[in-house]
Amino acid sequence: MDMNEIKEIFFQECEEQLAELESGLLKLNDGDRDPETVNAVFRAVHSIKGGAGAFGLDDLVSFAHVFETTLDCVRSNKLEPNQDVLKVMLKSADVLADLVTCSRDGGSVEDSRTRGLVKELEALAKGEMPSGGAAEAPKPAAAAAPAAVAPTDDSGFQPIPFSFDDDFGSDDAGKTMFEVTFKPRRDLYSKGNEAALLLRDLSRLGEMSINCDTDALPALEAMDPEETYFSWTISISTEKTEQDIRAVFEFAEWDCDLEVNEIAAEAAEELPMVPVPFDLSALDDEPAAAPAPAAEAPADTKMAAAAARVEKKEAAAAPAAAAANNAAAAANAAGQTIRVDLDRVDRLINLVGELVINQAMLSQSVVENDTNGTSAVNMGLEELQQLTREIQDSVMAIRAQPVKPVFQRMSRIVREVADMVGKSIRLVTEGENTEVDKTVIDKIAEPLTHMIRNAVDHGIESPEKREAAGKDPEGTIKLSAKHRSGRILIELIDDGGGINRERVRQKAIDNDLISPDANLSDEEIDNLIFAPGFSTADKISDISGRGVGMDVVKRSIQALGGRISISSRPGLGSTFTMSLPLTLAVLDGMVVTVAGQTLVVPLTAIVETLQPEASAIHSFGATQRLISIRNSFCPLVDVGRILNFRSTQANPVEGVALLVESEGGGQRALMVDAIQGQRQVVIKSLEANYTHVPGIAAATILGDGRVALILDVDAVVGASRGQSMKQDGGALKADVSLAAAG
Amino acid sequence: MSYIVKNLAQGDRELIAFRVGDQEFCVNVMAVREIRGWTKATPMPHAPSYVIGVINLRGAVLPIVDFSARLGMRKTEPTQRHVIIVSQVGSRIVGLLVEAVSDILTVTEDNIQAVPEVASSLVKQYARGILAIDKRMICMIELDSLFPENESEAA
Repeated sequence: MDMNEIKEIFFQECEEQLAELESGLLKLNDGDRDPETVNAVFRAVHSIKGGAGAFGLDDLVSFAHVFETTLDCVRSNKLEPNQDVLKVMLKSADVLADLVTCSRDGGSVEDSRTRGLVKELEALAKGEMPSGGAAEAPKPAAAAAPAAVAPTDDSGFQPIPFSFDDDFGSDDAGKTMFEVTFKPRRDLYSKGNEAALLLRDLSRLGEMSINCDTDALPALEAMDPEETYFSWTISISTEKTEQDIRAVFEFAEWDCDLEVNEIAAEAAEELPMVPVPFDLSALDDEPAAAPAPAAEAPADTKMAAAAARVEKKEAAAAPAAAAANNAAAAANAAGQTIRVDLDRVDRLINLVGELVINQAMLSQSVVENDTNGTSAVNMGLEELQQLTREIQDSVMAIRAQPVKPVFQRMSRIVREVADMVGKSIRLVTEGENTEVDKTVIDKIAEPLTHMIRNAVDHGIESPEKREAAGKDPEGTIKLSAKHRSGRILIELIDDGGGINRERVRQKAIDNDLISPDANLSDEEIDNLIFAPGFSTADKISDISGRGVGMDVVKRSIQALGGRISISSRPGLGSTFTMSLPLTLAVLDGMVVTVAGQTLVVPLTAIVETLQPEASAIHSFGATQRLISIRNSFCPLVDVGRILNFRSTQANPVEGVALLVESEGGGQRALMVDAIQGQRQVVIKSLEANYTHVPGIAAATILGDGRVALILDVDAVVGASRGQSMKQDGGALKADVSLAAAG
Repeated sequence: MSYIVKNLAQGDRELIAFRVGDQEFCVNVMAVREIRGWTKATPMPHAPSYVIGVINLRGAVLPIVDFSARLGMRKTEPTQRHVIIVSQVGSRIVGLLVEAVSDILTVTEDNIQAVPEVASSLVKQYARGILAIDKRMICMIELDSLFPENESEAA
């Protein structure tokens, strides 16, 4: 593994840490005061700093250091994480993210921004810190207490009560007595650290006595040569601070259980050092392998997710009083993950796709040759079918990922844009753990960003306006995700002013999108914002309003096989609803026959199917025909004609009409010859070896091993619309003639 | 195209010869992935006349081109005896429908004659040379120019 690979891993981990950092800060922002949350935030910054140090990324290190120092004040309860503090912290997290990106991809972060934040952070740290300046929380053990309570570091860990025979004297000037318990984990050695060297370094800080606890050492034959069995209890009398002691273990910190407790003063020297009687009775159910509370243990389980199992066991083996009372940490430890190259997953998915097709082909040929359908082969095949379906579902699940990372990115965008336009906006997210295929996740980020920017810029009114309207000056944008009928539904709700229909209409007239006397319903007006070249913002800003807004959003959503709609109530806000397929690899389709060819129509597009009666078909002009469905007229589109499969129009009465809803609004009845059935099909690219074909979205392979084409309903409907408008074949035909010329 | 360079350096190259109508053509063997029997293709809407359709090649969608029609000759009526030469053209894979594969030839550069100056014909446009083997004439075709990558018209 060369340096670049290691660096790549570092950056990957940074991304995880940054996500952790941001979600932690947002939790704090919402009033969460769980010390574990603060710890998680602290750890994230600390790990980035540590890794960055190893790669000599000085900018990153120095900024992370300042950030860390301030966070430490929060951790030790010296700084109340109120809204103002968190605002700075969130900004710092953004800068940190930028610094990480710059370190990876080159480029630089605006120096002034970084420096300004450094100042703010330092001010926060200084302003609240006692003159001592030390970041740790020296809380001398209550001397009079019969069972002296070890000082907690405010990280939410249950202190381990231990009793000393003597009371301690008061803190003497200069020297402080620390008790350090140090238990290495096996990773410590595998990473090339050495306990003896660490202890030697420690000894340079002051006078110390060491006790090695060998109780855990098993008999020789039971010994795992790579396991760690020893732990050390060190009492050290030093002028240095707890931080300095911890600094000795800096590079080993994640691979050992380390606790540094200040015990008061010189008097403690008389303390019976060996063995310190820990009162572990409260922890009977925990296997007490090491005498030290695993101060960092839960951190490790979360951090080193990749190293999962081993670590988890070890962390649990430590008398993790903390983990025991911290369900959140435990839950995190349970969610074990491995990192897998996406290519491998894709290859697996492709192979399973083949398997499904092959299995279908096999079944079909057996059915054809096996008339009674009861043979053992047939039975076995049915089982195989079940299994392949299960394999397919499981493989698809591998690619499924929660939308959380995308949603998290949005909170940053809201913050930045809101800052820029001087609005105060809260982003509420819901259903972040809703899972959807990774390709979908990758592709929704951009349209979503655009919509969020729009919502902040146009949707939410300025604080003054809001107050005047009797609303909370702070606007709220809600982003939610949920599963609904095999699709993912993402809603973006703002409590802003809603769509100004008068202005939208005027704008549309100005831009020649509609004629001045057009009679439009409210919904139709709302949907005008999706029209190409439409922007209502009076002044063109940096943020949105370049006139390439919502139509781009709409097109990219459509390209994903999704739809978007808007509903708006004046004065109360707007709701954008996006419905997207859960995966781009398979599709539920209706298999139909058109002019002897088998086609697949995406099920999501179909509203209903019907058998037209002769009396319901009406001619409209020379070539157009309409079908009346419950007293409304809907244009008939002959799919075979549009795709050039036949030269004359089919007789609608002999076929089946699929009523489809297209993105442009309005319904069309697609004429096909017959419906073969419904099935899930694996989507195959046509573009890979051929070219894009107008009216065809992709291809698939059916049970008989033949290729079937998947109809692009929107394109077909669009073409039919073009036809009726221009009388010459419309967009579809125009495309084709272009292609044929090539 | 490094392999061609290499083969040239060695002074010979291997070609696959096939029959279309009463003419023989050949392509570089390195461009040929496999040869398979004819299976019924799914016609593509709005396709040029020489694109017969697409077939399933172990999960990939493979366009089938009527080689004869592509060179402006008679359209082929495919039968069970026709074969598909699956060839790599740039980053794409294309199936060529031909009547039969007739030979595998190893020729040296000396065997290859220049294309004679004839009035414009599609064949001339794509031919890279002519071979005389056992009194037969075999026309060497460059597939990359037959299906240029950047043309919107893939096949």
